[in-house]
Amino acid sequence: MNAIILSALWGVLMMYTGFATKNTRTVSVVALLGVLAVLVVNWMEYLGVSFFNIDTRGMLAYNGFGLIFNTVVLFSTLVYFLLSGREIEKAGKTPSDLYALIFFILSGISIIAGFKSLLMLFIGIEIISIPLYVLAGSDKSNLKSNEAALKYFLMGSFSTGIMLMGIAFLYGDAGTFYLEGVNAGLGALTPMKAIGMVLLLASMSFKVSAAPFHFWTPDVYDGTPTVFTSFMATIVKAAGFFAFLKLFETAFGKFQADWQVLMAVVATLTLVIGNITAVFQQSVKRMLSYSSIAQAGFMLLGVFAMNIFAKQGMILYFAAYSVATIGIFAVLSKFKDHSIDAFNGFAKKHPLVAFSMLICILSLAGIPLTAGFFAKYYMLLAVIKDGNFIWLAIVAILCAAVSVYYYFRVVQAMYFKEASHEEELEFSPSFRFILLGAAIIILVLGIHPDYLTGLL
Amino acid sequence: MFAAFDNFPALLIWLPLAGGLISFFIKSEKTARSIAIVFSLLTMGVMMTSLFFSTPELFVYNQVSYVWLPNLGSSFGLILDGLTSVLCLLTALVFPMVFLLVPGNRYSNANRFYGLMLLTQCGLMGVFMATDALVFYLFWELALIPVYFLASIWGGEKRIKATFKFFIYTFVGSLFLLIGILYMYLKTSNGSFSLVAFYNVKLTDVEQYWMFLLFFIAFAIKMPLFPLHTWQPEAYEQAPTPVTMVLSAVMVKMGLFGLLRWLLPLFPLAVKQFNTAIIVVIVAGMVYASLVAIYQDNIKRLIAYSSIAHIGLMAAGAFTLKSVALNGAVLQMFSHGINIMALWIVADLIEKQTGVTKISALGGIAKKAPRLTIFLVIAAFANIALPLTNAFVGEFMLFNGLYQFKPWIAAFAGLSIILSAVYTLNMIKNVFYGEVVGSVEGYVDVNKTQAMVLTVITGLILFVGIYPDPFFKMMYETVGLIVNRYVTI
Repeated sequence: MNAIILSALWGVLMMYTGFATKNTRTVSVVALLGVLAVLVVNWMEYLGVSFFNIDTRGMLAYNGFGLIFNTVVLFSTLVYFLLSGREIEKAGKTPSDLYALIFFILSGISIIAGFKSLLMLFIGIEIISIPLYVLAGSDKSNLKSNEAALKYFLMGSFSTGIMLMGIAFLYGDAGTFYLEGVNAGLGALTPMKAIGMVLLLASMSFKVSAAPFHFWTPDVYDGTPTVFTSFMATIVKAAGFFAFLKLFETAFGKFQADWQVLMAVVATLTLVIGNITAVFQQSVKRMLSYSSIAQAGFMLLGVFAMNIFAKQGMILYFAAYSVATIGIFAVLSKFKDHSIDAFNGFAKKHPLVAFSMLICILSLAGIPLTAGFFAKYYMLLAVIKDGNFIWLAIVAILCAAVSVYYYFRVVQAMYFKEASHEEELEFSPSFRFILLGAAIIILVLGIHPDYLTGLL
Repeated sequence: MFAAFDNFPALLIWLPLAGGLISFFIKSEKTARSIAIVFSLLTMGVMMTSLFFSTPELFVYNQVSYVWLPNLGSSFGLILDGLTSVLCLLTALVFPMVFLLVPGNRYSNANRFYGLMLLTQCGLMGVFMATDALVFYLFWELALIPVYFLASIWGGEKRIKATFKFFIYTFVGSLFLLIGILYMYLKTSNGSFSLVAFYNVKLTDVEQYWMFLLFFIAFAIKMPLFPLHTWQPEAYEQAPTPVTMVLSAVMVKMGLFGLLRWLLPLFPLAVKQFNTAIIVVIVAGMVYASLVAIYQDNIKRLIAYSSIAHIGLMAAGAFTLKSVALNGAVLQMFSHGINIMALWIVADLIEKQTGVTKISALGGIAKKAPRLTIFLVIAAFANIALPLTNAFVGEFMLFNGLYQFKPWIAAFAGLSIILSAVYTLNMIKNVFYGEVVGSVEGYVDVNKTQAMVLTVITGLILFVGIYPDPFFKMMYETVGLIVNRYVTI
């Protein structure tokens, strides 16, 4: 609750900083302080200090899992602000507005962290989505950005419609919006509930860009200014997954056997399509958008299995994936040319940045001693623990092997190839050290994932 | 100090790791080389000292276990027993020799080169000593990553593609291994990754078949066994020679080691079910690799294919489950590592001086470099497994085991020995004898360092060939434990 209110208020504050100062640096610092403050109050709530006691009639309730999820997301946002602040300043005429939108999204994510009712789910998802449509189109003079925003808006509202339809069916069946209410009653899955469930599965799959509802992702990610693609692909996606997991655990947990096959199919499709398509990309940005689909496939394994390993793994996955992807995008957004060849000889010119990026890439590929390895480890463990779906684990590892192919193309370009064309890039010392810090976080979680998963 | 046996396994990990990390931060290439040599010699010293405490009664004390991830049921456990001592000794011997042979100015950014090499050593030691499946898996992958960078940065012309193929092959294999390990972990009674807990898991025979498959693919790719060997000749050819030495002398032994430590003891029912078929495929692969070796005109590829045949024999011997063959396989792992080192050294010396690796473009080196020829001939004899060389003891025992298993298989496998004599002697004849060709005109004989390393190798070849007993004393008990797993079923 602390995080929702503070981030909403800070969003309003951010809008006014645009009037108060023309210095974009100041705006960034205010935003940084804001996300730090939200992070602190959220952590205080985890420790039991709540500043607001609002009666939500049980529609919002926070437990440890939700608050830790929120902490991970807010921490990732902090890293994102630190690394990409300069780019946000450059993205539009008035960065204060863009920061405000991001804070509103954080407020929506905080609602998602504690929703107990389908209504709150809907409100949370919408509060996340609407500012995102604006962010996608924030580069007003660029046609591709406009296209991305329109495409995202049309497809997004369509999926929201499907979600509402699903919620309506569930309400018609159970007579309540509460998740526990939907799960209650006799064991059988009535037709109405089944339709509602499938519709929600489809719309949530859309939000996390799972196949076969992923078609919007590459175009939107590609057209959106790189700095916001980074935000969409990591923090927002994590929120989508948390909502997915929580919805299916609380509202449909009893019917796991019924939807598990469906989820396995969605996960398989997402893994296969995401990884295979990523292989053929020549642009790092497009490659990363397909890789985000591929990584979503792995996270879907957590939703699929839904046991203790899955929950621990999801939290670790959010952290590992978000920090690594934000790091890579932060470097990428400094490049004008987004093709893989642009990275040729990068390690010679900028060894420290290249090394940090290497760690991020190894983490995405799931190489041991990075957080990404243990994230995948937990997902596989969760699936194998479930027993009957070992084939899904095999599909997942084969896809992970494919993913090594396209991730390592960037590594090869950075380390083994000679520079082909000269693009002078400048990385400030603070940027370099923050990126190194992100890499160190990835390594620490890779050696000792207990620091994070032990909290659950 | 002598009371603290448990320091040995830990030191064998931390010394190379520390040396590797220090090398990265050294600017001067000369200093980096000295640091690498010092740390690898220190590691060797520790390993040598530990041999005095490597008697079966003391193995119990030669292990450590640190708390690492208690919630996951994994602890950082290491052991130096009869089997691991042999392999760690090989690792500890190979690295200083490699470092001594590399001239100071050969590689740009030498600090990174030595750093990555030492990290590889750390990974290899970890693989051999791990008593915890998760630790084993982590080291298994960690040994691979530095090698990938070493070969891709400093390798030959087609290095990026060849090394990447190698990397993808092994990575896929190890992911199968990971699935197997996770499944076993979930089957343990107390949720533990320790080797002991894995040994106590009771699996149905169908489960064993599947687990066997998952583990076996990983190990077979690493060795490599026919038909999963296609990454190997290219990788050996394209990697810089020091890396090739490490790859072929030590790294492929990871697969064989995995077989002995994990696969054979864990899934006895499946092994009994499949071993005849596997041995037949391996033996066919051995003969195939030997035939291919005969037609190679490139020294490096010849050595690579010859290595496939030799490794195949060890794997086939291990699958016979005969005590004599298992002991022979462990000894042969050590011997093969030493012999192939010698062959690579010679191949590298020739390539560096003449710039040629084609057998048909060389000739008459013996006239120009008599000392080198002596070393080569001894190494070549060891490669053919002539008596009094180290390989004779091991291969004799392996064939003995194969013969006890199925005489006709042993007879067929014997072809590979004859063929190995054909290609090895052919190579010597063409490269070292005959007319002196143009590229060999200015050939200079081995220098002092090279002669010293080659003398050590030759000494080891003859010592093990004449007096292998200390090795058997060391490993007998540990290898016996593997055989015992099959007595009870």
